[in-house]
Amino acid sequence: MVSTYHYLFLGAALFTVGVIGVLTRRNILVILMSIELMMNAVNINLIAFSNHLHHATGQIFAIFVITVAAAEAAVGLGIVIAMFKNKETMNINEIDIMKW
Amino acid sequence: MNFLDLIWIIPLFPAVGFAINGLFGKRMPKAAVAVIACTAVLLAFIFAVGAVVQLSHLEPEHRSHTVKVYEWINAGPAHTGEGNIANFTIDWAFLLDPLSSIMVLVVTGIGFLIHVYSAGYMHDEDGFYRFFAYLNLFMFSMLTLILGSNYVMMFIGWEGVGLCSYLLIGYYFLKKSAGDAAKKAFVVNRIGDWGLSIGIFLIFYNFGSLEFTKVGEVVREGAAAGLFNVGDAMFVTIALALFIGATGKSAQIPLFVWLPDAMEGPTPVSALIHAATMVTAGVYMVARSNWIFQLAPQAMGVVAVIGGLTALFAASIAIVQNDIKRVLAYSTVSQLGYMFLALGVGAFAAGVFHLMTHAFFKALLFLGSGSVIHAMHHEQDMRKMGALRKKIPITFATMAIGTLAIAGTPGLSGFFSKDEILWRAFSSPQGHILLWILGVAVAGTTAFYMFRMLFMTFYGESHVDHHTEHHIHESPKTMTIPLIVLAVGSVVAGWVGIPAWLGGSNIIERWLEPVFEPIPIAVAALGEHTEHFSHGVEAGIAAVSVAVALVGFYIAFSTYYKKSDRADRVSAQFKGLYTALSNKWYVDELYDGLFVNRAKDLGTGLWKFDGSVVDGVVNGAASTTVQSALGSSWWDRWIVDGLVRFVGGFLRTFSSFLRLIQTGYAQNYALVMVLGVLILIGYVLWGN
Repeated sequence: MVSTYHYLFLGAALFTVGVIGVLTRRNILVILMSIELMMNAVNINLIAFSNHLHHATGQIFAIFVITVAAAEAAVGLGIVIAMFKNKETMNINEIDIMKW
Repeated sequence: MNFLDLIWIIPLFPAVGFAINGLFGKRMPKAAVAVIACTAVLLAFIFAVGAVVQLSHLEPEHRSHTVKVYEWINAGPAHTGEGNIANFTIDWAFLLDPLSSIMVLVVTGIGFLIHVYSAGYMHDEDGFYRFFAYLNLFMFSMLTLILGSNYVMMFIGWEGVGLCSYLLIGYYFLKKSAGDAAKKAFVVNRIGDWGLSIGIFLIFYNFGSLEFTKVGEVVREGAAAGLFNVGDAMFVTIALALFIGATGKSAQIPLFVWLPDAMEGPTPVSALIHAATMVTAGVYMVARSNWIFQLAPQAMGVVAVIGGLTALFAASIAIVQNDIKRVLAYSTVSQLGYMFLALGVGAFAAGVFHLMTHAFFKALLFLGSGSVIHAMHHEQDMRKMGALRKKIPITFATMAIGTLAIAGTPGLSGFFSKDEILWRAFSSPQGHILLWILGVAVAGTTAFYMFRMLFMTFYGESHVDHHTEHHIHESPKTMTIPLIVLAVGSVVAGWVGIPAWLGGSNIIERWLEPVFEPIPIAVAALGEHTEHFSHGVEAGIAAVSVAVALVGFYIAFSTYYKKSDRADRVSAQFKGLYTALSNKWYVDELYDGLFVNRAKDLGTGLWKFDGSVVDGVVNGAASTTVQSALGSSWWDRWIVDGLVRFVGGFLRTFSSFLRLIQTGYAQNYALVMVLGVLILIGYVLWGN
């Protein structure tokens, strides 16, 4: 059967993929997409537990997370556009002014 | 007008004169200054005459009038000797009795004549108003001295006349010698004042009062009641202390050295202050305190001996002096010695009598010498004078009378007063034949040097410088009239003291009797020494002194009247003595060596001490401060700042390593976050 553990494992796997993506990819837009992926993994976690505990709280919290993710994506894209206006690059390795 | 009650005004007239001339004199014409000054003294004289006349109307026992102006000091109870308590009060009060009456008439009368003379003599001087202001201030002080009713008033006057003496001796202040002489007078006087002060303190301590009448009462009653004995240490101490004051003010041994130097002042000053009045203050003081001296025969002996020795000492120096004023200065010291000789043998009235006659003829002689100096265009050396008799006849005539008077010519004033002194030195129970011989020697010497002065100045060949010769003229009336008045006085003033053996009644001695009343126990103590001599012996003594004076006159006549080299021969023959006398017996040099230079050495020593020790301490403090500042600055720069720098350096080193964490790559930061999460998960899962 498909138990709760499978969902949790899916969530963890998606989260790990997202983390790897954040840590290794050069393109800022891809990093943003990886962050979205991490958040969606969290959503799956929440739904899994909601299902397990037969409680609606998890699902409602997942709706909140989606909302926040959307707002955050908007803000993040705004930062990317500002950054692009300054530096004309999508390569995150080239944005290193705030270093020692 | 009750002049007796107005005696407090007498010193006030010259005080007002001093104020006006001192404050406004500079802008006033000379005539006005002179008139104000002379009028002030004249008014004082008139009031004095009025008061004395009214005093004489009183009964002899009541001839003592005190006028209290106000209670000046009331310091409350003070402990005196023997555990008694006395109230220390000093009144601003004046006393007129026979003694002060004589003094006040002499001071105001002769003072007035000298003021008039000065108007002529000082006419061409700068600072004319200053002279008269000081002269009036002197009159005020002197009158306070003699009219004061207690020792403190007397002391105030005493100090005041000392101040005026300083101011007037140093009148020509641009001359260093004048300034030095003024300082010398003041300092030497001050030494005497110390003695006087101690005497005054002891008087209050022992008798509980400083009023003359009260002290006299206490002493007489105590003596009568047997509380005091003749020769008590208390009386001897007080008498000697007072006498030290007298030696200072009246130029006796050892404090006479200021008087010859005081001739630096203008001649009227020498006449008034250093002949007729101020120097007699000592005599007055001793006479005033006669009750104390009467009970201290030892002290009286000291007074007589010092008086006699001073007389001879000064006369010996006078015989070789060539400056006309110096001769008179030493003569004054010598005559004052006579006065103290009189006081010392118990002849208080005779001493005061001589004071009076001396005031006349010494003032006359000084003013006359001033007239000579004026005619000689300020030449004072007698060796450059001579044959002035016909050129300045009035001056000559008056000075001749003065010379005759001081030499003791029978009939003139000096004869009566000097003879009285010599007689009492011989016959008084406190007298001694040696004192008489001393006095006779002085009389002979006096005659000699006075006639020497007269002959060198007015007779003989003229040694006058040609340039000056044309200027010689008689002095103006304002100068010659006082000379004439004083000459008359020098003749008649002695007639109040004609002794019994000449058929007189010795008015002055009887006038002064209430003041000098003998104290019974003192008279008793001398009882065994009292001899009674006849008039014949007295006449014989007088004859001896006249004879001695004639001898002196003859020696002077044969040496100086006609041209001869006898003076030079004698001085070469007795070269050692002559040198000693010319150098005034080296007394000034002795004092310089003993006191003056030692005082200067002390000053130098203290100056060096100040420079080395005191300044050394200050410099040491400064350098210590500088050193400690260097230390602090080192500490501040190396330790404190070093600490700060070390902290900075340490942080920089540490952070230079640590800042490498900030790579600027967001993904590095994300990696660290992930690692942190993994560590936390590990802790939660496997940590315990």
